[in-house]
Amino acid sequence: MIKRLTHMCVYVLNQESAFDFYVNKLGFKVHTDAPMGSDNRWLTVTPPEQPELEITLFLVKEGPMFTKETVQMMTQLIKNGTFGPGVFECSDIYATYEELKSKGVEFKKAPKEEFYGIEALFRDDSGNWFSLGQKKKS
Amino acid sequence: MDQYPRNYLYRRIVQSKLFIDTHYADAIDIDNISNEAYFSKFHFIRIFKEIYEKTPHQYLITVRINHAITFLKEGLSVSEVCSSVGFESLTSFSTLFKRTVGVSPSNFLLQEQQRKQQVAEKPLSYIPGCFAFKQEWTKDSNFEEVSFASLTDL
Repeated sequence: MIKRLTHMCVYVLNQESAFDFYVNKLGFKVHTDAPMGSDNRWLTVTPPEQPELEITLFLVKEGPMFTKETVQMMTQLIKNGTFGPGVFECSDIYATYEELKSKGVEFKKAPKEEFYGIEALFRDDSGNWFSLGQKKKS
Repeated sequence: MDQYPRNYLYRRIVQSKLFIDTHYADAIDIDNISNEAYFSKFHFIRIFKEIYEKTPHQYLITVRINHAITFLKEGLSVSEVCSSVGFESLTSFSTLFKRTVGVSPSNFLLQEQQRKQQVAEKPLSYIPGCFAFKQEWTKDSNFEEVSFASLTDL
């Protein structure tokens, strides 16, 4: 029986820049930052109030996992904003939107009331997009 | 909150929140923070709490404790951390830290030092086996101490 999600993977084009985006702009916590040999790094972060979910900031680079052709395709797809890995929930979306915008986060959609709540869309430094949501108050 | 345009109000409150984020180590009080937002003290506290579910003072303490966690993870001593995050008294810092985190700052520091050492010595213990295998990190002689059995436990 599956109980919970413990790790999810976000493919990024630059881990240094991703670290800055997720930690310094979004305010996520570093969970594990381990060098794996001379040119690999295992980097995971967690949302501020969800320390049990590790988001792996996985570098797209040529190696055992990705061929050169795959890296080229993945890079283009990520830059084009093809991937939307998830939805982040916040308590007040207008305040979060103003704060992230002031930190230079690029929004594809400003907060808008939908039938399911209020939603905005932003991109990370690589091009992945996320939904930012606030549930309707009952 | 209806008497102000929403964008104006949010920008002011966010500005004050960012002021706390930046000046948490200084001796700031609510008057400093409400001045930053251009609101009266009472009005400011009420709106801030509506948005962040904490009073400005509670939020300031949270920010200080979060930075303390970060600094302890980086290996700073408890007394260095205490003064670096704006607490004047080591006792009140330790009490608030333990109440929030569940362990004392010195125990937290010790736990983090042990964890850091484990990550450095056995990084594969912290990586799901599927990624390690796909990346061929398990073939690397640096990581030989991690057995297949321990990876499958993840």
